[in-house]
Amino acid sequence: MKKLLSILPLLVVVIGVHLLTSATDTMYYLTQMTMSAYYSLLIIGLCVLMGYAGQISLGHAGFFAIGGYLSAALTTRSLIPYQDTLPVKLLDSAGFLLAGQDIYGDSLLVVTPWAACIIAVVTAALIAVAIGIPVLKLKGHYLAMATLGFGIIVYRVALACEYFGEADGISEVPAFMLFPGLSVSGNFGDRVSNYYIAWGLLLIGMVLLLNLMDSRVGRALRGIHGSEEAADAMGVNTARFKLQTFVLSAVFAAIAGVFLTHYNGGIGPSEAGVMKSVRYVAIVAVGGMANLWGTLLMGIVLNFLSLRGVFGSYDDAVFGLILILIMLFAPNGILSINVRYCLKQLTGRNKQDREGEV
Amino acid sequence: MALLEVKQLHKRFGGLHAVNDVSFQVEPGQIKAVIGPNGAGKTTLFNMISGTFPATSGAVLFQGRELRGKKPFQVASLGMARTYQNIKMFSGMTALENVMVGRHVQSHAGFLSSMFHMPWTWKEELDIREKSMELLALLEIEEHAHTEAASLAFGQQRAVELARALALEPTLLLLDEPAAGLNIYETAEVGRLITKIRDLGITVLLVEHDMSLVMDISDEIVVLCFGEKIAEDLPTAIQQNPEVIKIYLGEE
Repeated sequence: MKKLLSILPLLVVVIGVHLLTSATDTMYYLTQMTMSAYYSLLIIGLCVLMGYAGQISLGHAGFFAIGGYLSAALTTRSLIPYQDTLPVKLLDSAGFLLAGQDIYGDSLLVVTPWAACIIAVVTAALIAVAIGIPVLKLKGHYLAMATLGFGIIVYRVALACEYFGEADGISEVPAFMLFPGLSVSGNFGDRVSNYYIAWGLLLIGMVLLLNLMDSRVGRALRGIHGSEEAADAMGVNTARFKLQTFVLSAVFAAIAGVFLTHYNGGIGPSEAGVMKSVRYVAIVAVGGMANLWGTLLMGIVLNFLSLRGVFGSYDDAVFGLILILIMLFAPNGILSINVRYCLKQLTGRNKQDREGEV
Repeated sequence: MALLEVKQLHKRFGGLHAVNDVSFQVEPGQIKAVIGPNGAGKTTLFNMISGTFPATSGAVLFQGRELRGKKPFQVASLGMARTYQNIKMFSGMTALENVMVGRHVQSHAGFLSSMFHMPWTWKEELDIREKSMELLALLEIEEHAHTEAASLAFGQQRAVELARALALEPTLLLLDEPAAGLNIYETAEVGRLITKIRDLGITVLLVEHDMSLVMDISDEIVVLCFGEKIAEDLPTAIQQNPEVIKIYLGEE
């Protein structure tokens, strides 16, 4: 309940942004705000894994891409040639298939967006389990390298597989009708509703993660970060908790991938690129690592600027530079140098702490 | 029946016999100490008992149950808690939060019920907080409950670490050099806290360097030297034992 209340100011901001853009005739900003919200959904999930549980992942663009690509492929690639295989028959009998026509008038048989979404997210979760079990035994640099390897594999598969459209990716992805009257799509008329879908999803994700971190599980995760050995001795099944967190963050990434792909009407291999993963890690670092609010704020601001093209061709370079600067000057994130440090100075809490120790 | 039974425990690291055929028992309700010079194998012994790494041979029985193959978190859930020589605080968490992690095995909320803040987790959460505050009060550091644990003085961190271990509601508490890094006053203070814990009915097994502490509070002492047990007796008898005096206290 407390978490719901803490989300309220953000809800006001979200509505405020909408009203402001509509009043100033700058509604086109909502498009980038929508996309930023989806990227931020991935980033807050990564924040829990990296910032709180202390397990770095340089492969989260991979999970985003698994979600996006699977949902794109299933909703666009015709299953007619495989009509007689068991999986397709099962999908058909479950009512998950949709007959239609492509732009050339050929008949199509594709998976419905809802079913595709579920298949994509579940697949991402299963892959996260399969990757996570061996890889999460590693620590520090080794974990970073192993997850990087996973990210590269996903990228190369997307680039090499004809089914996934090779370098072109997949386009013409249909709208994802959540329920009648509300669709995730890039249609001009759906811009405002999609802005609210994206932000609604992000806010729900945020409430869930805030709840999680303020619980027995959240404390155990922070304990693992602080001292894995001691957490183990406190009875925390560290391997299992790390794996569950890894899967949770992969699910967040995959959901973001599914929704953004339907919103954009397509997905390309750059979404699986290693630089994307580095960018997400950089944003969690700028946000202050174990700081969901800071990460959310930075996720929105930096993604928005990037999508508006503020950084031009230097986009990736800017994120690399941000990572260097943060590690050097503000290892606890942007918010820690400005707001908190100044507040502490102003209220003199530092002094009190020191006196209290004597 | 002994609470803890260590039977011919053996650990070899390459050619080194770090712990060699050590056997002893810990009776319920006592404070038992394992002493010995540096490199005697005390911490190795502890790590085998708590499941940090497996023994080469031999057995550890806790409440009559064989611990072979059990991981530390499983040993912890059976009711054995431990502390570390170089205190392992959970950095970035307050003293209270550190102790709250210790309530892990006494609570159940999982990922989904925590994320959705299910009503049945509310009471559990309150319980965790209350019990943890009580323990901080027991160890006389409740005024530091909301200070970041890693920024506390070393002696206070010891107390937080003890509270955290007690939060498991253990039947056996393993203390790895509880006086390490403490000055003489803080050592006496920790000694007092350990007796207080024993008086709650919790059995204590400790490894220690500081002779004054061990002689003051222990009911029984095991002496290790180069991995072998050379004596096991009451503190007064250990003080008289010529071999112990020779090896551990130095010849005079």
